[in-house]
Amino acid sequence: MTSTYMTSMQRVLTSLGQKEPDRVPLFLLLSLHGARELGMSIKEYFSKAENVVEGQMRLLTKYRHDCIYAFFYAPIEVEAWGGEIIFHENGPPNSGRPFIHSFNDIETLMPPHISRSDCLAEVLKAITLLKEKVGDDVPIIGVTMSPFSLPVMQMGFDKYFELMHDQKILFDHLMSINEDFCAAWANAQLEAGATAICYFDPVSSTTIIPRQMYLETGFKIAKRTLARIKGPAATHMASGRCLPIIDDLAQTGTVIVGVSVLEDLAELKTACKGKLTILGNLNGIAMRRWTAADAEAAVKDAILKAGASGGFILSDNHGEIPWQVPDHVLTAISDAVHKWGTYPLSWIKEHG
Amino acid sequence: MDDNSQKGFGKTQSKTNIPAKVHQFEQALLSLDRLAAERVLIDLSDSSVTPSQYVEQIIVPALDHIGSGWEQGEIALSQVYISGRICEELLGKILPSGRQSLQPHPKMAIAVLQDHHQLGKRIVHSVLRASGFELIDYGAGITVNELVDRIKRDEVQVLLISVLMLSSALLVEDVRLQLDRADLDTTIIIGGAPFRFDENLGQEVGAHHTCLNATEGVELVTRLAGIEK
Repeated sequence: MTSTYMTSMQRVLTSLGQKEPDRVPLFLLLSLHGARELGMSIKEYFSKAENVVEGQMRLLTKYRHDCIYAFFYAPIEVEAWGGEIIFHENGPPNSGRPFIHSFNDIETLMPPHISRSDCLAEVLKAITLLKEKVGDDVPIIGVTMSPFSLPVMQMGFDKYFELMHDQKILFDHLMSINEDFCAAWANAQLEAGATAICYFDPVSSTTIIPRQMYLETGFKIAKRTLARIKGPAATHMASGRCLPIIDDLAQTGTVIVGVSVLEDLAELKTACKGKLTILGNLNGIAMRRWTAADAEAAVKDAILKAGASGGFILSDNHGEIPWQVPDHVLTAISDAVHKWGTYPLSWIKEHG
Repeated sequence: MDDNSQKGFGKTQSKTNIPAKVHQFEQALLSLDRLAAERVLIDLSDSSVTPSQYVEQIIVPALDHIGSGWEQGEIALSQVYISGRICEELLGKILPSGRQSLQPHPKMAIAVLQDHHQLGKRIVHSVLRASGFELIDYGAGITVNELVDRIKRDEVQVLLISVLMLSSALLVEDVRLQLDRADLDTTIIIGGAPFRFDENLGQEVGAHHTCLNATEGVELVTRLAGIEK
């Protein structure tokens, strides 16, 4: 039986509808590799929207995957707030010293205006240009840090835990400011042409906080914020565990959950069935040293566990493939998806 | 630990169900209830009970169990972090002023290489101190050259490096190379997220040991110090 060819957008939408498209959609969440394609330093690459557009278009063609990833780097939001960014030659830019030095700083904190931020403007320009190129054939994924997870970069993880536990009024105040910023930033990306927003929320994962605390904090914040975002959202745990909160996540209004390699994909699929589409969960760190055979085995295993009946997009488990992952591994992953991910997945029956 | 105090603690132990107290203490930590945790230690108070016995019999087992729980995905990082901080604070109250380490051990230091994500370092720092070890804190954002210079200056024998980013993890190789060139036999212990996702990464970057959580760090440091448990 031969499947009818679909565009990437049709493929993804069909899978989101919990049905089988022509093949398993593949999201290679590549940001840094665009710089390598253009022979530029990472810093130079992200300095101009046109570079990112060219990089993303080359990666789309080269690896035959199913999305444009309009993600520059995680601390770009911190940069917009006036925070320090540190660029590296062989990895993603990192946030520098937190700009909230004491809890009192929160009282006078003002969010940046999206339209007045040069770095955010480059992202919006890139999305606009990418939309002109791919139209409605390929989904463009915009990115925002959740209001609940952004403070890790704003004030540091340790201080943030202390705020969360000991300073309820200031915590609520910070969340209110961050929610306004997050919704505005996500909606600006959607208006520029993004198809959906990846809502990175690793602090909500059960790796970081217990479920009870999530229900009192990140859950409510996600529910409020996602309701203000005027487009579909994918909640990404950036390698954190989420199996114990799958039902809760489904109630936040998200349609996709980015899952960790630390949890079993088959168990996640069962838990998400009919409620959420799974995005994941290839190990991006281990991927650096994979052979073509390793890549094929990992792809095949993921499809075996989560591919049936749609509701699955193959991706890495962190939301950003490391700079050190070589091109031949990415090619092998793509080849394996095209070989083993074509529906119907008849070969799965042979596995019983 | 002197013989008299051992006898004293034995006397207390005969009347007290230590595993139950450890459980009680652990539950107080997981509930992030500083006062309840302190009460468990106060209830155990006996003039003959030494601080090291609190540490060995109550604090270390509780933190060890919490660390294992995190490893298995049953306990969250926020609980691990706050538990370590509470124990560190309690130990500060228990120990005499001008705090000193409870047991002799090699000179140790801890640092976050290159980036500013300090949580992992702070957890390890807290748990080690709560377990009776002292170490120099080199902070975060330190470069390879700065780190090696400080190790030389301070004559550090055991170096703990915490990283969050893969690019920082790969820099450990440069630290090892520079230490080898300087003919220093400092033991490098590494930990952090990248090592959890690639079990061969520690070996690749030349670390002597990899620890996946703070309590593994305590066990390793105890072993390196030649302390019998």
